[in-house]
Amino acid sequence: MLGSFVGVLFDGVAYGSLLFIIAIGLSVTLGLMNFVNLAHGAFAMLGGYVCVKAMSLAGVPFLAALPLAFLAAAAAGIVLERTLYQRLYRASHLDQVLFSIGLVYVSIAVATFVFGPGQQPVELPSFLRGQIDIGGRGFGTYRMFLIATVAVLTVALHLLFDRTRFGAAIRASVDNAVAAAGLGINVNRVFALTFALGSGLAGLGGGLGIDVLGLDPVFPLKFMVYFLLVVAVGGIGTIKGPLYAALILGVFDVAGKYYAPQVGGFVIYALMVVLLLLFPSGLYGRRT
Amino acid sequence: MAAEPDAAAPLPAAALPDGRWRPLEIAFWLIPLAAFFLLPGYRVLGSQILIAGLFAVSLDLILGYAGIVSLGHAAFFGLGAYTAGLLAAHGWGEPLTGLLAAAAVAAAAGFVVSLLVVRGSDLTRLMVTLGIGLMLYEAANKASSITGGVDGLSGVTMGRILGVWSFDIGGRTAYLYSLAVLFVLFVLMRRLVNSPLGLSLRGIREGGKRMPAIGAPVARRLRTIFTVSAGVAGVAGALLAQTTQFVGIDTLGFPRSAELLVMLVLGGVGRLYGGLVGAAIFMLAQDYLAGLSPVYWQLGIGLLLIVVVLFARGGVLGGLAALRERLGRGRR
Amino acid sequence: MAMHWLRVLTVLFAAAPFAAGAQNTVKVGVIAEFSGPFAAYGQQIEAGMKAYMKQHGDTVAGKKIELITRDTGGPAPDVAKRFAQELITRDKVQFLAGFGLTPNAMAVAPVVTEAKVPMIVSNAATSAITTRSPYIARVSMTIPQVSAPMAEWALKNGVKQVYTVVADYGPGIDAETQFTKTFKAGGGEVVGSLRTPLQNPDFSAAIQRVKDAKPQAVFVFLPAGEQGIAFVKGFNERGLAKEGIRLIATGDITDDHVLDAMGDPTLGMITSFHYSAAHDSPENKAFLSSYAAANDPKVGRANFMAAAGYDTMAAIYEAVRKGGDTDADKAMAALKGYKWTSPRGPVMIDPETRDIVQTVYIRKVEKKDGKLANVEFDKIENVKDPGKEPAK
Repeated sequence: MLGSFVGVLFDGVAYGSLLFIIAIGLSVTLGLMNFVNLAHGAFAMLGGYVCVKAMSLAGVPFLAALPLAFLAAAAAGIVLERTLYQRLYRASHLDQVLFSIGLVYVSIAVATFVFGPGQQPVELPSFLRGQIDIGGRGFGTYRMFLIATVAVLTVALHLLFDRTRFGAAIRASVDNAVAAAGLGINVNRVFALTFALGSGLAGLGGGLGIDVLGLDPVFPLKFMVYFLLVVAVGGIGTIKGPLYAALILGVFDVAGKYYAPQVGGFVIYALMVVLLLLFPSGLYGRRT
Repeated sequence: MAAEPDAAAPLPAAALPDGRWRPLEIAFWLIPLAAFFLLPGYRVLGSQILIAGLFAVSLDLILGYAGIVSLGHAAFFGLGAYTAGLLAAHGWGEPLTGLLAAAAVAAAAGFVVSLLVVRGSDLTRLMVTLGIGLMLYEAANKASSITGGVDGLSGVTMGRILGVWSFDIGGRTAYLYSLAVLFVLFVLMRRLVNSPLGLSLRGIREGGKRMPAIGAPVARRLRTIFTVSAGVAGVAGALLAQTTQFVGIDTLGFPRSAELLVMLVLGGVGRLYGGLVGAAIFMLAQDYLAGLSPVYWQLGIGLLLIVVVLFARGGVLGGLAALRERLGRGRR
Repeated sequence: MAMHWLRVLTVLFAAAPFAAGAQNTVKVGVIAEFSGPFAAYGQQIEAGMKAYMKQHGDTVAGKKIELITRDTGGPAPDVAKRFAQELITRDKVQFLAGFGLTPNAMAVAPVVTEAKVPMIVSNAATSAITTRSPYIARVSMTIPQVSAPMAEWALKNGVKQVYTVVADYGPGIDAETQFTKTFKAGGGEVVGSLRTPLQNPDFSAAIQRVKDAKPQAVFVFLPAGEQGIAFVKGFNERGLAKEGIRLIATGDITDDHVLDAMGDPTLGMITSFHYSAAHDSPENKAFLSSYAAANDPKVGRANFMAAAGYDTMAAIYEAVRKGGDTDADKAMAALKGYKWTSPRGPVMIDPETRDIVQTVYIRKVEKKDGKLANVEFDKIENVKDPGKEPAK
């Protein structure tokens, strides 16, 4: 019994890690720029397609294709931010929602036209496949890779936001853009780079997730719920909020499906509603 | 010197309503009547446009007048549809009582959800409405022995309306029935938004923190309007179930909620007629353009949304009002 | 006054041949999915129809066949019903065809009964559809029809304990119900059953439960696409094959259209289905070459839906030959008991249920000429739809 519990915990943490990687970019842009970006999944999808095509058309190995996914999505992020998103920073949340839904539809149509409506085939390098035997139990290699990546990313982001000048500039710009500009911080550039970071992380998440979640043009709509869920429950403006939220949701989802498959599908939504009622601003949300 | 009205404002200028029907409004209601006689081949499409219009107006109550962004409004639509459908499938085929039952069930659900929705930020409300919509979808799927699940509920046999009119294949009865229900409910909703309750909602939407200061019970007002909105959405769902004699699980799905939002924004939020105009434009465009190329339809809608948000925030009606303002100013 | 009426009548009689000329076109309304997540359904069905018309010409019994397509965009029964009403009253179609999804077909059934228009189902696979109207005939398959043979084959090959994993929706439950019924009737034991939620990105819990139960085989039914891929990959990754658990399923999961996307993890999978693109027969070869000639390569590999589209036209042509374009009852009479050789093998439309009776093959995924294919190695002939038995 304990053995299966360990297995469930491991799978839950792995699933949660994947949710976190995809969602953290949204927490960054939403929390730091107060922009409800439902099109976040479109950046993830872009990263996924770049990753797949780099591997299949240019023979780039998987681990090298991941940074490409990050860069491509970040570049798209900067372009869109400078041209479209920045006009809506002060708009109502409804306008932002509608704009990002429009962007989602456009991205789906473009992806369908360019890549076709079906699933993209992807093959992981062999050293990331299969299971590793630890203590008589098999643990998925790729899942361990996901967890390790998340750990590294979390530390890196924490260092970025709390220990670097750029992180301080971001925090200052969000708290009070006018004062920050008065201190000589180029607020526009900070926002653009932050948006690029957020989108880049989404792209990275998309690339990492293809093997687990699959990739087709409807990706942004299919998984929109999950990353919105993580950010809403975790609270915007922090790294650890979405991290804990993603892990909790991941573990409960897998545990629910393992121990009580009859209601497995409801667990994640019910948990979300309950947590949001208890913590209306999320687990570690900042009261604006 | 009167202050210059902001031409890009998404909402109609504040003015005390007097409840009288303007000539433009009367002309507006003659259009569906004329369409019935002039375009007999399009009655089925017409009835579905009228139903979508009713659904969109119900969303306007909470979005345009109370400022609540909901991505799960289809939950009430679907509940109404299943209520009416199940009644008819199990022998009670009387249409009007079916509508009442649907309204009651949907309003009750709306009341429960309203308790959850009146607190929290925009994002929280978005997620709660989305989450509830998704859970209801899963629940309807799981209860497939009752709802038919993904395969849908057939065998919805409708009786005659008021004992006289039965549903025909050409959509004649469906059209007039939907139009009548829409008109009656619209008149009621129009009365509601021009009443003190409606005005206080606009106050809540525009200056949320000031309303409690003047003693207005904010949470109670929001709950009321949410419940009413849910009930109306339920009636729209019931109309669809009765006129198509079928209930699909897609009535509860997220795409329906998202499309609804698009329709309302296209027409113009906060103007009550915006929902009707938006529904008509959206469905007619979809019927015509999707026939040409399904992929381009989605691209077109996406681009249109982006353009509307960036440049034409009031939707069609907002744009027309701004145009009228500009022409009016020019004449002076 | 009389002269006036005489002139009118003369004109009318002179015009009669022109009116009759309009009768020389037979219009077929095709209601299916051409956009959204189910876009492949309508595209494949239409591609199959075009292949038939390319091969056999677009005229039959002196009448020209014209296809009018309408896109439902997905499961949208209200829209499908409206299309049916419009196609019948405005476009005056003589046949309805297509229907990739069950709810769309179900909603249209009352319309064809009232309007007396023959309706050919080219894909939707729920047993009950043909019972909803006397004017519906199906040329594709039903889920119980392809699930039962899998159970029979398993029993014949020494598999006595099976764990079932299906998606929790109509088709999945149909598959589970039929498989379990046939398997238990043959003396097998279903050691566990799991229904996964419709939206399910992660299968680790399900696969782990199967691994814990250690059955001889696991029977799977999941919607084609990323769920099938995720399950098969997870199955391989977690080493279930190494523990001697076999993976059996209906052929939806390895359908020829998505087989390439699923990739090598599918090698060795055993499935039961009515059509494989690798089926070795002259009819199939002719079908595949017309398919390639009549369609854009973007449509992808032909799968069972394209074959069904092809057979839909075969059925319609037969109905028209027997006068079914003007009389729906004649059309149904022509179709009942109609036998022909389809690209999949011999088929017949059951005169009692108007549903398809066909051979179900057991296939294995292997590499042929460098491409993945479902290679048939066993078969069960004349399978009627077991889902119609009143034992429900």
